[in-house]
Amino acid sequence: MKPSRFWAWLTFALGAAYFFIPLIATFEFSLRMRRGEYSFDAYRVVFGDVRFQETFAYSTIIACFTIVIGVLLVVPTAYWIRLRMPQIRPVVEFITLLPLIIPAIVIVFGYIRMYGSNSPLPFLATTRGTDVLLMIGYATLALPYMYRAVDTGLRTIDVRTLTEAAQVHGAGWTTIIVRIILPNVLIAVLSGAFLTFAIVIGEFTMASLLNRPAFGPYLQNIGANRAYEPAALAVISFAITWGCMSVIQVLARFAPKSANNPN
Amino acid sequence: MTDATFSDPAAARQSVPPARAGGLRLPLQWLGVAPFFIFALMFLIFPTFYLVVGAFQNDQGEFTLANIASLLQPSILAAYWISIRVSLASAVLGALAGLAISIAIVRGGLPRWVRSATMTFSGVASNFAGVPLAFAFLATLGRLGLVTVLLRTWFDINIYGLGFNILSFAGLTLTYLFFQIPLMVVIITPAIDGLKKEWGEAAATLGATQVQFWRMVVIPVLWPSFLGTVILLFANAFGAIATAYALTGSSLNIVPILLYAQIRGDVLHNPHLGYALAFGMIFITGLANVFYIWFRTRSERWLK
Repeated sequence: MKPSRFWAWLTFALGAAYFFIPLIATFEFSLRMRRGEYSFDAYRVVFGDVRFQETFAYSTIIACFTIVIGVLLVVPTAYWIRLRMPQIRPVVEFITLLPLIIPAIVIVFGYIRMYGSNSPLPFLATTRGTDVLLMIGYATLALPYMYRAVDTGLRTIDVRTLTEAAQVHGAGWTTIIVRIILPNVLIAVLSGAFLTFAIVIGEFTMASLLNRPAFGPYLQNIGANRAYEPAALAVISFAITWGCMSVIQVLARFAPKSANNPN
Repeated sequence: MTDATFSDPAAARQSVPPARAGGLRLPLQWLGVAPFFIFALMFLIFPTFYLVVGAFQNDQGEFTLANIASLLQPSILAAYWISIRVSLASAVLGALAGLAISIAIVRGGLPRWVRSATMTFSGVASNFAGVPLAFAFLATLGRLGLVTVLLRTWFDINIYGLGFNILSFAGLTLTYLFFQIPLMVVIITPAIDGLKKEWGEAAATLGATQVQFWRMVVIPVLWPSFLGTVILLFANAFGAIATAYALTGSSLNIVPILLYAQIRGDVLHNPHLGYALAFGMIFITGLANVFYIWFRTRSERWLK
């Protein structure tokens, strides 16, 4: 047991070194803006930058709408498949995995060619339309994670019994989904939502190619033109990602563990 | 989209009593999943299909293989080659390192907090990609990065003098490992948990040594999930652009950066060649994923 434990500690220590040195280095670099002493000047500059505030607000709004689109799309579909159409589950699962196979840059390239100003569906003709297309694109990117989260949540409740009980009391489908199913999988939906947020907030490719003033292109622009602010932004981004993942971990603690649904 | 999602299940309400609905039941049932399929077709499948078809057409819309053939010009082949090398190197190294870390935390006899801390951190780091990751590595191993400077002042080692450059194959691979290793840890740890204790006891009862147990039980059982994950990591790195773009600008000509430049400004002077470039990317990641699905179905036999 002794030698095996030694190797285990060594592996863990090497891994920890690889992951913590860049984080420490980035933090240290972000403090170096004032010559000769450590200061939080870089952070002050970043937070005071109007474009930081604007792009971050823009990406936050886009992320919220993306989450709404994702929930509206995934919850009824996953519910309906569990309830009525388990036979098409493999097809739907395959489709939800497609965004992992088709790179984001290819998807957005397709959008630009298909939904241009002189196409039948000219999303890109207006700013608002482009925003909608960006949200849709993000919803596509988040689809694998959102679907898996919701489907796992549905597995822990007895969809059939709940539906029948609601129908006996005269509930329609909208009522069932909004007032019975959604509250029961709320924790799973929230996990998916925070993961979506973490993916969307700093996304670069789609926002940049659709020419929208999002946080990702702003980051890239700062990186090309400034010295210390990028390090501060990297620390802020890491903190945001960390925050989203911590929320998911906390939520997981409240999620029902046992599957009382035999299928 | 928003309204349709809720109204369509409502429209399918007539299908509730299965006995009465009879032959009409099937088509009405499909209304419940219609919004999903319409969304997937409009925003995932048709756009991709459009590019794939465009890759095999000329300006007049006639079928041609000329676009695919012109992918074989040296500059584009070089772009594919460096993309494949970076993705493969970061996938294989990331998988091996991730596997070692997983084995260490699951079976190494380390305290429990080590495992939970590693899993939490892996969840964060596997999602920490894109532009900020490039900033972090520039601050670490760039010309003025902390590690570069410390190595020079403490040990008198000038890594840039030794030929290292963060804006290179090695630098990009090292950077990609920051999200590849944690992703491997997240995916492979459940597989290692699935190695049943009884197998070790059974092997020991039959007189197997520890080495034999690993060679004849553990490695064959883990092999499909390992290979499958390597492929997933490969596809993950192959489509990534933001990190590389922020790190190197356009000095390192990987395929996604070439495609990005093509979309922005038609640098190849042929729109259909852009489609072909996109088709090449889908072809490679698609091929990788066919293998992934195949390996996964094989691995699930053992790890139920």
